[in-house]
Amino acid sequence: MASAIQVRGLRKTYAGKQPVEAVRGLDLDVPTGECFGLLGPNGAGKTTTVEILEGLLPPTAGDVRILGLDWAHDQLALRDRIGVTLQETKFSDKLSVEETLRLFASFHSHARPVEDVLAETGLVEKRKAWVVHLSGGQRQRLAVASAIIGDPDLLFLDEPTTGLDPQSRRQMWAIVRALRARGRTVLLTTHYMDEAEKLCDRIAIVDHGQVIALGSPTELIRSLGCDHVVEFALEGDAPVDERELEELRKLPSVRSVRIEAGAIQLAVAEPHVTIPPLLAHVARGARPLASLTTRQASLEDVFVALTGRHLRDG
Amino acid sequence: MGSRHPFVELYKSRVREIWREPEVLFWVFGFPVLLAVGLGIAFRNKPPDEIAVAVIDGPGSAAVVETLRAQPGFHVDAIAPEEAGTSLRMGRVGLVVVPSDPPEYRFDPTRPDGLLARGRVDDVLQRAAGRVDLLVPKDSPVSEPGGRYIDFLIPGLLGMNIMSGGMWGIGFAIVEMRSRKLLKRLVATPMRRTHFLAAMMASRMTLVFFEVALMLVFGWLVFDMTVRGSLASVVLLSVLGAFSFAGLGMLVATRAQKTETVSGLMNLVMLPMFVLSGVFFSSDRFPDVIQPFVQALPLTALNDALRAVVLEGRDLASQAVRIGILLAWGVVSSVLALRFFRWN
Repeated sequence: MASAIQVRGLRKTYAGKQPVEAVRGLDLDVPTGECFGLLGPNGAGKTTTVEILEGLLPPTAGDVRILGLDWAHDQLALRDRIGVTLQETKFSDKLSVEETLRLFASFHSHARPVEDVLAETGLVEKRKAWVVHLSGGQRQRLAVASAIIGDPDLLFLDEPTTGLDPQSRRQMWAIVRALRARGRTVLLTTHYMDEAEKLCDRIAIVDHGQVIALGSPTELIRSLGCDHVVEFALEGDAPVDERELEELRKLPSVRSVRIEAGAIQLAVAEPHVTIPPLLAHVARGARPLASLTTRQASLEDVFVALTGRHLRDG
Repeated sequence: MGSRHPFVELYKSRVREIWREPEVLFWVFGFPVLLAVGLGIAFRNKPPDEIAVAVIDGPGSAAVVETLRAQPGFHVDAIAPEEAGTSLRMGRVGLVVVPSDPPEYRFDPTRPDGLLARGRVDDVLQRAAGRVDLLVPKDSPVSEPGGRYIDFLIPGLLGMNIMSGGMWGIGFAIVEMRSRKLLKRLVATPMRRTHFLAAMMASRMTLVFFEVALMLVFGWLVFDMTVRGSLASVVLLSVLGAFSFAGLGMLVATRAQKTETVSGLMNLVMLPMFVLSGVFFSSDRFPDVIQPFVQALPLTALNDALRAVVLEGRDLASQAVRIGILLAWGVVSSVLALRFFRWN
């Protein structure tokens, strides 16, 4: 299948007294019809990358082909075929939802009926409301509505759910899934790992302007070598020393050990193999067990394993 | 419903935004009317002031006081000799009469009211003493419409309003859209940039019709002002002025990222014109050396052309140079703005 997005060796350096290398040699291939996620902490270069793909920023170096076209020669044709939501666009306060959409529809050569887009984004009841009276979630849905009104082949969503409440986030996910079901390509950026896991066919984890891991959510988690995390804490505030961690690392089926907010996390392949000897080990020590839980490994664990940092830390 | 041409949609959106913004409506429509009312009251045509005269107490003073009080237009006080100096110095009276024979007039010849009082008092006293005038001229008081301060003021206020409306309505609006990232969002669509800027200008030029109508109807109803030239010429000049200042507004908004920046820039551009371009008083008052500069300012061209049509009944052809100045400002600033415009 043809590539919706093809990026080779993308670099972007912001000039200044201390030049900032926002993107440092990034490659991407997104086939048509895929929902692709750029996952990374704030400042990883996601927005810069996306704005270059959207033709809003010129790259310092590298090759960018969007829908087989390039920005230098096919600007207008490309604009007509992509849809964009930016972070924090504020539409005109005193225009209604419907008026805003009609305005954006007028720019496109094959715009969809405003009614359809209102229905798809759950804004039918708000069609006459001024933008200033919309909630955060409704504004974000209007941003998506304005991006899909031109019936784009490729949709860019930059942090579509940042700052939204859980219900609004789920509404947004439903909209994205519906788009995918219509065969459109979606590229979204997020620093929410659950969002990436639930929505995306494939994910590129971006850090310091480079792709440090690429694959489907399942593949990425599997790459940790273990699907589960056993997390436990001991009574008292005393820190756990290095020798103790070394002991834990030797327990059966444990792949890695780290300390996280006072709790000890073991990445394990088979929890039922690890837990009995773990309990026996703790029982021999001086401090009793305060808590013990197990969970599925997540993309967050992948990110921490790759970078030693958390997504939210930035 | 099919979508209309993007220019039409952009234009409609902009007009809606303006109509839905009470502050904009106040500054465009309320403010100039209030200003005209205030200045119209302050500079209304008053009956001439009475002439204040003091007569020093002494033999014969009562007769002089009586003679003067019998005539209209005098305010006569009898004062003690030692007060005479103070009264003149403080400007309480223009003339002190010493009722000797012949009388003595004390006044400051550099003060117009002193000279006036001397002439009027002398006439009255001469006639009372038996002088017969050889000529009896006929007085015909005249109040020429169009010659009052308010007649001068209203075209100036209209011009000023067209300037600040254009600068704020375009310059401020564009920078606000830029700071909201709305411009960036629009550039991410296939929208033509010229459509956007043309729609901004067109919306501004539409609003001008209402501004002209309001100022002229207001001047006519409240101050009995008349337009001597053709209304169509006034409207055309105003639309041209709106174009010119919309261009300047766009140029000022070309790079600014923050509304604070653009507000400062706009004041910097507008302040000299408030002072120099003959809004409240004629720009002829400035020295000849700076007249070429003053005359080249778009607001001077607009105000002078409006006044020529409204007050003197001139036609547009006679205003060709001023029209040329307005066009040049509009075209040059729009072209520069389009060339250097920052969209994101």
